[in-house]
Amino acid sequence: MKTIKVLGPGCKRCQTTADILRAEAERLGLAVEIEKVTDYAEIAAFGVVSTPGIVIDGKVVHAGGLPKVEDIDGWLAA
Amino acid sequence: MNVAVSVRAYAAKSPAVWIAATAGALALWFALYWRLEEFSGWAVARLPLPPDGHLAEAARFFVFDAPKVLMLLTLVVFGMGIVRSFFSPERTRALLAGRREGVGNVAAATLGVFTPFCSCSAVPLFVGFVSAGVPLGVTFSFLIAAPMVNEVALGLLFALVGWEVALVYLVFGMIVAIVSGWIIGRLHLEGWLEEWVRNVRAGESVVIPDHATVIDRIEAGLEAVRDIVGRVWIWILVGIGVGAFIHGYVPTDLLASIMGREAWWSVPAVVVIGIPIYSNAAGIIPVVEALLSKGAALGTTLAFMMSVIALSFPEMVILRKVMTARLIAVFVGVVAAGILAVGYLFNFLFS
Repeated sequence: MKTIKVLGPGCKRCQTTADILRAEAERLGLAVEIEKVTDYAEIAAFGVVSTPGIVIDGKVVHAGGLPKVEDIDGWLAA
Repeated sequence: MNVAVSVRAYAAKSPAVWIAATAGALALWFALYWRLEEFSGWAVARLPLPPDGHLAEAARFFVFDAPKVLMLLTLVVFGMGIVRSFFSPERTRALLAGRREGVGNVAAATLGVFTPFCSCSAVPLFVGFVSAGVPLGVTFSFLIAAPMVNEVALGLLFALVGWEVALVYLVFGMIVAIVSGWIIGRLHLEGWLEEWVRNVRAGESVVIPDHATVIDRIEAGLEAVRDIVGRVWIWILVGIGVGAFIHGYVPTDLLASIMGREAWWSVPAVVVIGIPIYSNAAGIIPVVEALLSKGAALGTTLAFMMSVIALSFPEMVILRKVMTARLIAVFVGVVAAGILAVGYLFNFLFS
């Protein structure tokens, strides 16, 4: 199971990002655990400067703006 | 049917098709823009207005400017969306980390113009920069330049007021950002950051590999248009409305006596007035155009515009999360002093 962290201070885009991730994982039939990280210090510790950021199994795969669906499929399949 | 679907699927993935479509859209844009004045003139002539008078004057300003400004904004935001797809805050941070002050301030202000920035992510950006070893003053240069000197401000100034004023704004906006950041750096105020910010242990700088294609970049341009134009159009209409009112109703003598060159006190007054007024560049520039055409001095008007855009209460509230009120006061004081200097300089030079 993949652990996904969505980094962001709780803005609308961060929520949308989490929703897209969940929907894609469901569509692909993958079990994922999605956690939202809203603490600024923790976000900075990941080295991400622009939000929303996405961390999958400890690796930063995306920062800034909404992710594209094709990219998400690639990350989830990896 | 199947053929049509696969042709469409092919076209959606073909860079040549995307480039051709973009070129076609641009050609259409220019064709429309070229005829816009005729069009607006025709529309104004149809309005049931007395040919002269305040209302006609105001309505004419609005009908001419609203479509012009919205079209220009769309073009500029699209172009800049493509340019910005080559930059990211993460990469900018990597470029600035450990930079010496001086050179670092110049680099930060320059990158601030091109790096995608939204005030909603000002806090993660600030913390991320400072914790990664970007000097405080250099971070401030970035934070001042990013909202103040941007494509929306420059594009609209260029279109509505002229290239000379746009260039002056670009150069002096950068100078204010560079010098203010440098001064804040020299004051060594790191201790005035909030405790938790000083304790953040920065992660290794991530730079996500950029594998964007031509299509991705065009899409980034379109996304920028959807996002920015979708957000600011209402401000623009309000700004043009205020501009139209000034055009139609405010007597030139009155404005010239308040914001004219002789009124030395008007520069600090407009800076102070500008702080609580919160508007982005899109809303304020139609007002600036109207003020200038009614005899306001260039330096005073520039100072007003910079103050409205660069210093705002909402931004201070956001920054309060990472720095003490004292540091915010220094930041506002230094930037306001820089804006004052620009205002006086231009009133002096162009007298």
